[in-house]
Amino acid sequence: MSENKEIEIMQSVFDKNEEVAAEINLGLTRKGIFALNVMGAPGVGKTSSLIQIIKRLSNITSYVIEGDIEADFDTQKLLALGVKAIQINTGGACHLDAPLIGKAVDELKLDEGILFIENIGNLVCPAEFKIGEHVKMLISTVTEGSDKPYKYPLAFEKADIIIINKCDLLPYVDFDEDFFVTGVRALNKNAPIFKVSCKMEESFEEIILWIMQKIKA
Amino acid sequence: MHEYPITKRIIEIAEEFARKNDAQEVKKINLVVGEYSGYVASSINLYFEIIAEGSLCNKAKLSIKNIKPRLLCNACGELFIRKPFSFKCPLCNGEGTPTDIGKEFYIKSIEV
Repeated sequence: MSENKEIEIMQSVFDKNEEVAAEINLGLTRKGIFALNVMGAPGVGKTSSLIQIIKRLSNITSYVIEGDIEADFDTQKLLALGVKAIQINTGGACHLDAPLIGKAVDELKLDEGILFIENIGNLVCPAEFKIGEHVKMLISTVTEGSDKPYKYPLAFEKADIIIINKCDLLPYVDFDEDFFVTGVRALNKNAPIFKVSCKMEESFEEIILWIMQKIKA
Repeated sequence: MHEYPITKRIIEIAEEFARKNDAQEVKKINLVVGEYSGYVASSINLYFEIIAEGSLCNKAKLSIKNIKPRLLCNACGELFIRKPFSFKCPLCNGEGTPTDIGKEFYIKSIEV
């Protein structure tokens, strides 16, 4: 029997997704659209945070691509508020990928504005895939516990902005903010951390300023 | 569960390179998988046989090299594997910063 011949490949298997993501990003930039990849575990208030943010972005058109495994409750909620939103159901897949976003972007017929892409509720896989965004927004909560940066480091490492939601519940939960921030800072020196409450509709102003600065940059 | 499409992609790339090199079959695929790549080696193995059926990789052995993530100590420069709930260097207690070690996901080579 002849010996095996080894052929060197050294090719990243992410390539195809990364390529499509780069194309989408370029297309969006050319149209004057700033895109945010909104990540977080299920139930952290991703849609609720978007509603608070979009309400305060009154002079800019906001678009939302909603990613869910099933159902379209979030999209219905946004459409009822007059937001241009579209639903993607992955039917089981744990994250959105660039080809899925490419199709949705075409369907939304975007003009200049801000595109929020709400990823599947999951603190693991969405952090690993670029989907054409300019920045990644990570939403965490005081109810999840302060150990999340230590348990799900990649999401915190990749985030450009971190929001801690449900801060109105701080008196009732054991959230160790120092431990949380220490963990985040070990992974990520630059992302600002904003504490908010969607329920009380509080403290979103600084997030708006951050987004507006990023758009101008 | 997102290993299914990526396993398909691995087989496509292997076939592409095999054809380019006029090989009739792929005997081995050498894959490198970092633990923070987002892909679980055992799941890829699980899908591999099913997807490889009828392809040039039908009888191929999938050899996966796992890479443990390492942090870089800002104080002493040591690369270390972190302990749960800590980013501290085990040698000097300095603070560790993430590196790209452990995020690899690539096909090193195929054997035909």
